[in-house]
Amino acid sequence: MSSITLETHADRSKMEVSDEVAIEIRGMNKWYGAFHVLRDIDLTVYQGERIVIAGPSGSGKSTLIRCINRLEEHQEGQIIVDGTELTSDLKNVDKVRSEVGMVFQHFNLFPHLTILENCTLAPIWVRKTPRKEAEEIAMHFLEKVKIPEQAHKYPGMLSGGQQQRVAIARSLCMRPRIMLFDEPTSALDPEMIKEVLETMVELAEEGMTMLCVTHEMGFAKEVANRVIFMDAGQIVEQNEPEEFFNNPQNERTKLFLSQIL
Amino acid sequence: MSDLSYVRAEMLPERAPPASQVGFVGWARQNLFNGVGNSILTVLSLIFIWYVVSFLLSWAFSPTWNSASLSECREIFGAESGHHAACWGVINDRWQQLLFGFYPNGSEEGTSDLRWRPILAFLLLFVAVTPVLFNMISRRMNWVLLCAVLGLTSLYLGGALGIVVGLALIAAGAAIGYKALTADKTARAAEIEAGAKRLPNPLIFSAIYPFIAPWLLWGGSLWLPIGAALGFVIGYFVFRFLAPIAGSLVGMIVAVLVALVWWLLLTVGFADLMQSIIPIGLEPVESRDFGGFMLSITIGVVAIACSLPIGIVLALGRQSDLLIVKALCVGFIEFIRGVPLITLLFVASTLLNIFMPPGTNFDIILRVLIMVTLFAAAYMAEVIRGGLAALPRGQYEAADALGLDYWKAQRLIIMPQALKISIPGIVSTFIGVFKDTVLVSIIGLLDPLGLSNAIRADQAWNGVVWELYGFIALLFFIFCFSMSRYSMYLERRLRTDHR
Repeated sequence: MSSITLETHADRSKMEVSDEVAIEIRGMNKWYGAFHVLRDIDLTVYQGERIVIAGPSGSGKSTLIRCINRLEEHQEGQIIVDGTELTSDLKNVDKVRSEVGMVFQHFNLFPHLTILENCTLAPIWVRKTPRKEAEEIAMHFLEKVKIPEQAHKYPGMLSGGQQQRVAIARSLCMRPRIMLFDEPTSALDPEMIKEVLETMVELAEEGMTMLCVTHEMGFAKEVANRVIFMDAGQIVEQNEPEEFFNNPQNERTKLFLSQIL
Repeated sequence: MSDLSYVRAEMLPERAPPASQVGFVGWARQNLFNGVGNSILTVLSLIFIWYVVSFLLSWAFSPTWNSASLSECREIFGAESGHHAACWGVINDRWQQLLFGFYPNGSEEGTSDLRWRPILAFLLLFVAVTPVLFNMISRRMNWVLLCAVLGLTSLYLGGALGIVVGLALIAAGAAIGYKALTADKTARAAEIEAGAKRLPNPLIFSAIYPFIAPWLLWGGSLWLPIGAALGFVIGYFVFRFLAPIAGSLVGMIVAVLVALVWWLLLTVGFADLMQSIIPIGLEPVESRDFGGFMLSITIGVVAIACSLPIGIVLALGRQSDLLIVKALCVGFIEFIRGVPLITLLFVASTLLNIFMPPGTNFDIILRVLIMVTLFAAAYMAEVIRGGLAALPRGQYEAADALGLDYWKAQRLIIMPQALKISIPGIVSTFIGVFKDTVLVSIIGLLDPLGLSNAIRADQAWNGVVWELYGFIALLFFIFCFSMSRYSMYLERRLRTDHR
C-alpha cells in the first residue's frame, strides 16, 4: 500500500503522555450473533496518547473503537471512559458520547444543515451553549481546519477532504477529551488524504488523546506513540512505532507489514 | 513513421452553438420534427388536439349562464344541436350551494346569513399556514395579512363597533405593511441584533387557529375551544412538573391521561360554567347543514394536518425496539391499510353509535374526521417509513456519536431528512385524502358529489351532468394542483446538494 508522506514532521515535543487513564478496557468480549468478533480485549489508554490501530479488514479494529462510544454494544467485560463505565444506562452513554469525538470513514455530515450548523448543533442541543457562543467556537475550529470561508455552504458542495475536515471540526466543537478516528482517510483521493492527515497531526501536537484506525503507516510512524496490531478479533501485538515497524515479533504482524510496506 | 509529438500553441476560444441548436427553431427541430416519422406524429397529434379542444371550447362557450332550467338552456342553443353545448345556468343558480351546502344563508325566516364564518375560517387558514409553508414571507407581512382579513370581516359585519374595529385593524395592518416595505433589510437586521422589539412570531396565530376554526364553523360558546386549548396547557404543566421527578416517559403518559380526563369529563362543564358567567358565543350551526366544498375542505384540512404527526409517530413506532409499541403500530397500520375507507366510514356512521353509551351524541362529522385521519395516518406512516429507510446508517451514528438523545436526533437530524425524501409521497397521500373526502356522500353527508345528486333531483336541472361534474372537478383540480406545485417548490427550496 502506498502511504502518503507528510511534508511537515510532527513536533513530538508537546505530545506528552500523562499517567491519567483515559480509557480502560478489561476483558472485553463482543459477538455479532454467534460470531465472536472481539476476544478478551485488555487495553489501557492514557491521557495524551496517540494510538494507531492497524490490522487486516475484518480483524475487529473498527468494532473496537466503536465500542468505546457504544455505537456497538459489548457483551462481556468492562469499558470505562474517563471514569464513566459504559453500561445500558443511557445517561452514562450520552455522557461518554459527549466527551468522546468520533470521525467516520464516510464523514457522516448532516447534508440538510450548513457547515456552521453542523458544527453548532451538538454544542447548542447537548451542551446548551448559547447560539452565539457556539457559532464563535465553531468558527474557531473551522479556522483551525482551514475552511472558515465554507461555513455557510452545505456539505454536498465541498470536496471529500474538506468534508472530512469539517467532520473533525464538528467533533472538536464539543471539546472532547478523546478523539476516535475510524479510517478517516480511506474514502479520499491521495491529494485530500494529505490535508486531512495534516489536520490530525496538528491535533496530536496539541496533546489530544487519539485512537486512529488507519492504514496510513506514515502517519503512524510520525505521530503515534503506540501501534496496536489486531487480527481475528484480538490484540496480537502492540509496541512503540519504531520497534513495531522495524522489529515485529509475531508472525502475523510480520506478514501484514511485509504486504503493506 | 510520422512524428507523433504534438504541442498545442494556443487554447481555442469558446464559440456560439450553430443556429439549428438554439432558439425556437432549434428546440422545435429537436423535439417536434426530429426525422420523418416524428414529424408525421407531431402533425397528427396537433390535429387530434385541435379536434378535441375545438369541440370542448364550442361546448364550454355557450351563452347559457342566465338560464333558469335545463329546458331553457335547450331553447337557447336550439333543439337540433342537442347536448353539444353546456348549460351553465345550473352553476349560476347553485354555486353557492356547492360551496356551502345548507349552511344558513338567511333565506329562511328567522335566520341570518352566517356564510361569512366559513369564509373567514378559510381566509384565516391561509394566514395560519403561510408561516408554516413559506419562509420568504416576513413576520410583519404575515401580521399585515391577519389584520387585513380581520379588518375586512369587521367592516362586513358592520355596526358602529364593527366599522371602528375594522378601520383600526386595517390602519394597523397598513402601518405595519408600510414600515415593512420601506425598512431597509440589513438595517432592520442590525436593529434586531441590537435588541429592538420584534413583532410576535406569527406561528402563535397558527397555533391558535385550530381552536378558532371549529368555533367559527360550528359556532356555540367560545368557552368550549378555550377549554379544549386549556387541556394542552394543563398537560404541558403536568409534564413539566413530572418529567424531572418521574422521568420523561412517565411524565408524558400521565400528562396525556390528565389532558384526556380534562377533555372527556371536565371541559363541557367548564364551558357551561363560564358561559353562564360571561356568555360569549356565536349562533350554533348543526353538522347536518354542512356541505359542499366547505365540508370537503374541512375534512381534508383536518385529515391532512393531523395525519402527518400521527403518521410520524406510527412510523417511528414501527421502527422501535420496544416490542409492544412496535406490535401496536404494525397492527394498526396493517389493519387500516387492509380495510377500504368506505368500510371505515360506515363504521363511523352506524356501528360506532352501538358501542357508545346510550344518549351520547357524537357528532357525525367528528366521527368521519377521526376515521379519515386514521386512514390517512396509516398510509402516511408507510410513506415516512420509506424516507427513514432511505437514510444512510451513518446519519444515525453521527447523531449518536455527538451525544444527541433519541428524540433530539429524530427531531434535528433524522426527521428533517426523512420527511424531505418523502415529500412526493406525502403530498400524493395528501391529495389522495383530499379527493377521498367525496366518499362521505355515501354515508349521507352532502359533499359536492352528494349535492350534485341533490341538485339533479330538482326538476329544473334533471339531466344536467357534465356541467356539475366539470365544475366540481375544476375546483378539486385547483386544490390538488396547488398542492402538487407547492411540493415541487418545497423540494427545490430544501435541495442542498450541488447548488
